[in-house]
Amino acid sequence: MRNPQLNKHGELQHLLTLDGLPREIINTILDTAAPFTEVAEREVKKLPLLRGKSVFNLFFENSTRTRTTFEIAAKRLSADVVNLNINTSSAAKGESLLDTVDNLCAMQADMFVVRHAASGAPMLIAQHLQATGREDIHVVNAGDGRHAHPTQGLLDMYTIRHFKKDFTNLTVAIVGDVLHSRVARSQIAALTTLGVPEVRVIGPRTLLPTAVETLGVRVFHDMQEGLKGVDVVMMLRLQNERMNGALLPTPQEYYKIWGLTADKLALARPDAIVMHPGPMNRGVEIDSAVADGAQAVILPQVTFGIAVRMAVMSMLGSN
Amino acid sequence: MHIPDAETLCRQLAEQIRPHVTADTALVGIHTGGLWLAERLHALLGIRKPLGAIDVSFYRDDYASKGLHARPQRTGIPFDVDGAPVILVDDVLYTGRTTRAALNELFDFGRPARVDLAVLVDRGSRELPIAARYCAHTLSDPLPATQNLELQRTTEGALTLQLTTRG
Repeated sequence: MRNPQLNKHGELQHLLTLDGLPREIINTILDTAAPFTEVAEREVKKLPLLRGKSVFNLFFENSTRTRTTFEIAAKRLSADVVNLNINTSSAAKGESLLDTVDNLCAMQADMFVVRHAASGAPMLIAQHLQATGREDIHVVNAGDGRHAHPTQGLLDMYTIRHFKKDFTNLTVAIVGDVLHSRVARSQIAALTTLGVPEVRVIGPRTLLPTAVETLGVRVFHDMQEGLKGVDVVMMLRLQNERMNGALLPTPQEYYKIWGLTADKLALARPDAIVMHPGPMNRGVEIDSAVADGAQAVILPQVTFGIAVRMAVMSMLGSN
Repeated sequence: MHIPDAETLCRQLAEQIRPHVTADTALVGIHTGGLWLAERLHALLGIRKPLGAIDVSFYRDDYASKGLHARPQRTGIPFDVDGAPVILVDDVLYTGRTTRAALNELFDFGRPARVDLAVLVDRGSRELPIAARYCAHTLSDPLPATQNLELQRTTEGALTLQLTTRG
């Protein structure tokens, strides 16, 4: 079966997940993103690539950073951007996802940027477009359930490459609530595809997926042990809103054991970088002194995110 | 067909430009061959403003049909474009579409006082109303579309013109 993200020429048609995306395509996206970073320094922060195209931001779940950076990226490519806040629109009146999509296609949509609480929703839209012969319309997954958040994974890879240059000699630790994290799944897929020799996941048993080691990672239930000698620390947000039941005692206790403090960070390599996909819970998964410290690259992640999303959208727009 | 020596043409081009250089003159090279040439001219002419570089990938008019160039390079204009006399440098002038794209991109950085075009070789077959003010060599007969003429740079830094046939 054809990779549903690629067209018949093997080019990127949709961006749904990094799992199974060929290494060359990931590298091409990262290479393409680099010159887009320069546009932010221009007098006119616009490129004509998506002139006349309509990008629909279809957010069925709340988001500030991701929606805003997608919007900025599309606007810097000269696209017309329409933001749909679905909580207050037709879905609340009972319209089905695919009916919403069909209606927006009737308004000449060229690209959908989709965030949805249900894993697989962007894939469903992509398959629907293909089944109805609208292969010129593209779908970008902006986060679906616990499944994937590919542009976050890509901007994390861009950030790592920017600061560390080479993936093939790194030890990377992903720390925290892996169970509920679509970000972690995309990070693991990208890191292993790009040849990172050691990817560690660190967290309490209740917040790691069963058999997570089958994804090609080393599992640590002791944070001190897991952070020893790592080059990159990728913190995850504690996703209280996705938890039902008693997976952990209290945020205070979580912080004591799993919060990234200067003491714990000192176990990593001295030049280790600290990343966080945002939004941060200060004093829960990360200490303020670390979040604002010299090793944190959390704000560069956000800036690089615009360039990476510009690269993805401009590659899709011509395929 | 006789392919002239790129190093000789480069020196001739510099001498054509020299009488018109002022303290304000700025050079911008178009990736990749044009930038190599612009680096040479920048040194030969003793231009004071730092050299600019443009990659036209994001401004090409065939993006919709051909997509993005596989490895776009960074555009960098390290001087104030507003009011500057700019010489745009490319290795080979052909349809004029690359020059059009470079002009559009340059104007997104500001309003230059004037823009002139300098090229090593004019191979003819223009598709847009664009002409070079400085040109070291004009081919007597336009090359067929299947032939590609471009500047190469050896590992020692020597410039050569290469003619290849597209398969």
